[in-house]
Amino acid sequence: MNAPTDLQKFLAAQEKKSLLRFLTCGSVDDGKSTLIGRLLYDTKLLFEDTLASLEKDSKKFGTDGDNIDFALLVDGLEAEREQGITIDVAYRFFATDKRKFIVADTPGHEQYTRNMATGASNSDLAVILIDARKGVLTQTRRHAYIASLLGIRHIVLAVNKIDLMDYSQEVFDAIVSDFHQFSARLNFASQVAIPISARFGVNVIEKSKVTPWYTGPALLSHLEVVDVDTALADTAFRLPVQWVNRPDLDFRGFSGTIAGGRIKPGAAVAVAKSGRTSKVTRIVTMDGDLEEAVAGDAVTLTLADEVDISRGDVLSDPGARPTVSDQFAAHLLWMADEELLPGRQYLLKLGTATVPAQVSALKHKIDVNTLDSHAAKTLALNEVGYANFSLAQPLAFDAYRDNRDTGGFILIDRFTNATVGAGMIDFSLMRATNVHWQALDVNKDARAALKGQRPVVLWFTGLSGSGKSTIANLVEKALAAEGKHTYLLDGDNVRHGLNRDLGFTDADRVENIRRVGEAARLFVDAGLIVLTAFISPFRSERRMARELVGEGEFLEVFVDTPIEICMRRDPKGLYEKAKAGKIKNFTGIDSPYEAPERADITLKTVESSPEDQAQGIVKYLRDKGYLG
Amino acid sequence: MREVAAEFANPVMLYSVGKDSAVMLHLAMKAFYPSKPPFPLMHVNTTWKFQEMIKFRDETVKRLGLDFIEYINQDGVTRGINPFDSGSSLHTQVMKTEALKQALDKYGFDAAFGGARRDEEKSRAKERIFSFRDRHHGWDPKNQRPELWRVYNTRINKGESIRVFPLSNWTELDIWQYIMAEDIPIVPLYFAKKRPVVERAGTLIMKDDERMKLLPGEKVEEKLVRFRTLGCYPLTGAIESDADTLEGIVTEMFTARTSERQGRLIDTDEKASMEKKKKEGYF
Repeated sequence: MNAPTDLQKFLAAQEKKSLLRFLTCGSVDDGKSTLIGRLLYDTKLLFEDTLASLEKDSKKFGTDGDNIDFALLVDGLEAEREQGITIDVAYRFFATDKRKFIVADTPGHEQYTRNMATGASNSDLAVILIDARKGVLTQTRRHAYIASLLGIRHIVLAVNKIDLMDYSQEVFDAIVSDFHQFSARLNFASQVAIPISARFGVNVIEKSKVTPWYTGPALLSHLEVVDVDTALADTAFRLPVQWVNRPDLDFRGFSGTIAGGRIKPGAAVAVAKSGRTSKVTRIVTMDGDLEEAVAGDAVTLTLADEVDISRGDVLSDPGARPTVSDQFAAHLLWMADEELLPGRQYLLKLGTATVPAQVSALKHKIDVNTLDSHAAKTLALNEVGYANFSLAQPLAFDAYRDNRDTGGFILIDRFTNATVGAGMIDFSLMRATNVHWQALDVNKDARAALKGQRPVVLWFTGLSGSGKSTIANLVEKALAAEGKHTYLLDGDNVRHGLNRDLGFTDADRVENIRRVGEAARLFVDAGLIVLTAFISPFRSERRMARELVGEGEFLEVFVDTPIEICMRRDPKGLYEKAKAGKIKNFTGIDSPYEAPERADITLKTVESSPEDQAQGIVKYLRDKGYLG
Repeated sequence: MREVAAEFANPVMLYSVGKDSAVMLHLAMKAFYPSKPPFPLMHVNTTWKFQEMIKFRDETVKRLGLDFIEYINQDGVTRGINPFDSGSSLHTQVMKTEALKQALDKYGFDAAFGGARRDEEKSRAKERIFSFRDRHHGWDPKNQRPELWRVYNTRINKGESIRVFPLSNWTELDIWQYIMAEDIPIVPLYFAKKRPVVERAGTLIMKDDERMKLLPGEKVEEKLVRFRTLGCYPLTGAIESDADTLEGIVTEMFTARTSERQGRLIDTDEKASMEKKKKEGYF
């Protein structure tokens, strides 16, 4: 390898090598990290200093006596070393003469299943480890299911620690048959089972003599040749626009990474959402224009016509356009400690577009052991469900099985900004395309003008007993005395009718507020001044109610009364009961209240009388021009 | 990179002048072409960088016509922090980690690109491509956002920020192959040349200026050396080599038996030192 000619040959060979991205998953202590360490070690990718530090660490932390503990090579974080388990997904790189590999080493522990999904989302193949002593476990099934859910079509079942079972064919066959019974219901294109010992390198790189009954390939040989080509370049053209490239007035390009298909100058493209079409004029790169670009390429396109396109739009093949809809059904993997609340608004990010969205109906959750469906009201961490989604604006998308990039999305919590869920679109709910808004001739402005006022929602929020209903009632009386048209939605009263089917769990509280928000929206549309008096403990739902109506049509009124005073007042005797444990999920006792961060009006009820507070609100409305 | 430019108000590219930075910058030039990258470059200068690095940096900025910011922790300079007397640990803490935090706060950057790669070091293997930092620039490895497909969660609250590592999935070999294929200019220090070096604690340190004082028994020798990574000169070990072309460097890599970070004295400070530095806000 010293002469440059050899080097050039080598580099040319490197460029031709294909890349296989795979993940390893399995239960705790199945030996994933050991296996990856073994692959790195046996493909001679370890440097001397890494090896020296490994030997030192093995003596200190090792679980394998004086032998080198390969797991320490990949378990990078301090906490993992101490606990002896992998807690996050780690990426490793190695290469053989035939292929380059990126391995995602993913956690076995149940609480980190979401990290496995992360690794799976970018992999073509999964190596599922099974401890030969333990056989197929709940985690094994879960991991196989998640791999299948995230679109992995190829799996390798690595039955590890076969050395501890005397290299027994009976044990191996029983495990494989057990697994196949389960996996027959999953959508895998290829399944290969291999008996291995990661610790002793049996059937990892080369076939071993200790398992003469095994006739298949060694693990690495299989990984080198397995065909995982998904032929994304042969699917319909998709370019989610990431960034509009405008260096000057003469150039307007649309940049992004091609998510499917191929494109040439002269080809027609359609903007999925608006339906406008144009032709590609150039594929611009710094090294000159291209004749063709395919899926996976990051490109900048210019078009023949001035078409309105911005970030979040999808350029597509006019003959095979993506679906455009604001409602779809999807599988959802929940990844947050706080459970999913149907009806709550989350941000949904799909490709380059981000829109507010909610789960409009949770159809069922899926038991990953049996693949059976069960009715469910919420999803907890690591649970998988099937749900209908409703979006604030229509999006262009494909089914996940057709295209991972235009069919996979994440859900983001609006307050913590954490990624809380991962979704895979199944199909569009056509309902949305058939039900259009009916445009009415008498509109909100006309109704409001008749009444000589500007419609608005006065949203009172605060603890039970803080004085919401009392003050709202006084405000309504004062407004009615001035001839204004009002309506008061009171928490207790609404629960006797519209919301009589709801309880007090977090999920039901969200739905309660959603309905009240929608009712308030209709009354605002009718031109009324609406007063609502609900505890409405969560910021998310108050924000959702605010976003249902127009700018300036929502005023959040925080009735700020300390809980000690509410408890002393206790007008309905509820605190007494809650403290005695007779009422569950009582706000302030065993259910949280999230105080507003920026209320439009804050009332300190300990400082003045309800009458004065009410007068203050009426004055506020007059000053702001709501009373005509 | 375009994702960051489109979603953040005030991004910056941290440019360390090394080979990874050279590749990252080249990618940015390509990603936004024909526009210029819509963010400035920033170099956190510890004042102990090789002179050739600074010269190369200034030439690069001029050649590409980019916005450039240099940040030096003046407080550290006043306190006389230096790698010889203060020790590598304190020097890195004050002149790199603290300086970086100060710079990010001063300009209010909400996203910063870095050239780190997952293959460099164990704790970096678990780093996200979009890595969330709290108000104090801290990293919580147990509370990282899952990254699925190519969908990145870029949402942050005021004061929080994101570090972005576009080269996460590149290996050292990928970097060199790309530099060769794209003919990317790099600092001449990567190529072998006769340079004045001192052997100290088993490592060859280049005497880059007069601030380096010789200890008893040490002497400056002219040796044919090059560097696999670049940082502060007193903390960067040279290797003896005659590789004076890119081909030579790549060939040498295949026979290399030590990983590149071995030349970095800061990693060996204490066990799991990189992870610790990162929790404190080091890149």
